[in-house]
Amino acid sequence: MIRLEKRPQPSKVWGALTPVLAVVATMIAGGILFWMLGKDPLEAIRTIFWDPLFHETFGPYSRPQLLVKAGPLILIAIGLSLGFRAGIWNIGAEGQYIMGAICGAAVGLAFYPSESILIFPAMVLAGAIGGWAWAMIPGVLKVKFGTNEILVSLMLVYVAENILASVSQGLLKNPDGMGFPGSRNFRDFPAAYNTDLIEGTGMHWGVAAAFIAVILAYILLTRHMLGFQVRLTGEAPRAAKFAGVNPTRLILFCLGTSGALAGLAGLFEVSGPSGQVSIDFNAGYGFTAIIVAFLGRLHPIGILLAGLLMALTYIGGELAQLMLGLPGAAIQMFQGMLMFFLLAMDMLSHYRVRWKAPVAAQEGAK
Amino acid sequence: MDLGQINPLLLLASLMVAATPILLAAIGEAVVEKSGVLNLGVEGMMITGAVVGFAIGVTTGAPSIGFVAAAVAGAALSMLFGVLVLYLKSNQVATGLGLTLFGLGLSALIGKPYEGIKAPTMAKWEIPLLSDIPVLGPIMFRHDPMVYVSLIIVALTWYVLTRTRAGLILRGVGENHNAAHALGYKVIRVRLMAIAFGGACAGMGGAYISLVRVPQWVEGMTAGAGWIALAIVVFASWRPWRVLLGAYLFGGISVLQLNLQAAGVPIPVEILAMSPYIITILVLVVISLRGNHGAPGSLGREFHATH
Repeated sequence: MIRLEKRPQPSKVWGALTPVLAVVATMIAGGILFWMLGKDPLEAIRTIFWDPLFHETFGPYSRPQLLVKAGPLILIAIGLSLGFRAGIWNIGAEGQYIMGAICGAAVGLAFYPSESILIFPAMVLAGAIGGWAWAMIPGVLKVKFGTNEILVSLMLVYVAENILASVSQGLLKNPDGMGFPGSRNFRDFPAAYNTDLIEGTGMHWGVAAAFIAVILAYILLTRHMLGFQVRLTGEAPRAAKFAGVNPTRLILFCLGTSGALAGLAGLFEVSGPSGQVSIDFNAGYGFTAIIVAFLGRLHPIGILLAGLLMALTYIGGELAQLMLGLPGAAIQMFQGMLMFFLLAMDMLSHYRVRWKAPVAAQEGAK
Repeated sequence: MDLGQINPLLLLASLMVAATPILLAAIGEAVVEKSGVLNLGVEGMMITGAVVGFAIGVTTGAPSIGFVAAAVAGAALSMLFGVLVLYLKSNQVATGLGLTLFGLGLSALIGKPYEGIKAPTMAKWEIPLLSDIPVLGPIMFRHDPMVYVSLIIVALTWYVLTRTRAGLILRGVGENHNAAHALGYKVIRVRLMAIAFGGACAGMGGAYISLVRVPQWVEGMTAGAGWIALAIVVFASWRPWRVLLGAYLFGGISVLQLNLQAAGVPIPVEILAMSPYIITILVLVVISLRGNHGAPGSLGREFHATH
């Protein structure tokens, strides 16, 4: 019989190993899924994980895409991981991402066609504030009334989607757009366009911000009192209470930071790769970032790697759609499977698995 | 604008139809939470139920078989959650979220070939005598069978939870799993059964959307209904009859909102469309003002038996 024994401390070795194991298990299960869909599993896995990076013809096109897709995922996941560590569940990053994009884009579009260099910084600021404010709604409601932040933040995603639909057909609609929905394209507005910092690498301001966020989060969690309080609240809530951690401050900090980062991600996306505010510019990054945060074990460096891997599945998924006719939803399911395997294997870092003979057999042996 | 177009009788009748998916999902989740488990995967199980129910309903031409299949699919998916949470001790919040993401992907994959097909219609039951009552008859007694099935499930849930030994054990497990374990009750087995019931209910709720309410398969068609069901459980303080009240209130709001859109009220469509979500938030705030009365003691806590 199998018996689980709780480890006094989570195992560091298993903690680092489980994400790798989960990826391998997902590849195997995904291979079976692709085989059931009538595709060659090995070819499908190769198309998703290898070809985007190393294929002769597709590689040069998809390599820059890796950073374009990983940037927002990492930026959002870093913010989410702070709250998740402290047991504060912001799952409405998608809404904060949309609101950041709308606020930032609105500031930029208001000054069209100015060429001032101050426009882009102002948009970045507005994007962060937009996301922050949207996350403050569940934050303040939780602090003031104890309302569940999971449900409120999620409900606000649907509200944000409706606001997006409204502004892209109304307030922010391109006045020269012949009546088509969607705002002006930022590509025609150089002062506000989030261009590649190094030509042809996909490295835009959002990716730079993501890397900075990784470094700052690492410093915060390992070197700063606030980061210590975040970790303490998650790992030992009672001890945190005795140590005088102010829960109100922590909740507002975690929700606010994750909202601001998600808002930034939205602004960088809308002013760069997507190019305009349109009804469906948001690609569900806010939800995928939840998987990224867990896959990275809520650790900044882990999230960096997980974000790159998840970006790879996006690009590889598109490639597999094109080359093998694999349904786009298969990739979404693939990502969901990854989350499951990860959570299942998490057990190995918290528990020791012991084989134990049934009690009767032990008695007999004596 | 023509508010005269809105027929209050029709409004009340369609309220029951609009509320049924959320009612089914919420009553299932109420039982799950009463047993001490928080399953945030309701949305994922609903959408999977929606697509499986639709696929089977279209293939067999019998919506009733579709509902059974949806219940089985929802329960099967919930078992994935159950095994992860109860045996592999994974975090309930994260696993529930994972279930929702997984279900959304799975349903999109299954549903591709079924897009643009219309569901077979479900015959309405006109309950003899009762349906002839003026006013009340058309509102309450001329619906499809699932509306009544959902009401029966609510009544049975109330009866089992409050009037039977099984319900007492389930509540005991949810209030204090260590005490229940010490008394010799099988905490994990009880919870696994509760989770399966919750999954089956959510699956049927989803199938009701795709087979009756819309009736078509559209990707992501549950549009947050599962999350609203979770909110209704909180609103209802985990009590079956209040779940019914909450679901019907919510159904009323969403039907009214659609009717106002159709009547061309000078309020932007987007504001009307977001109103159910905003009202849900407001209701949650009002409920939390009152304090978290009635939440099961062991809700969301990990159970690890050492002996």
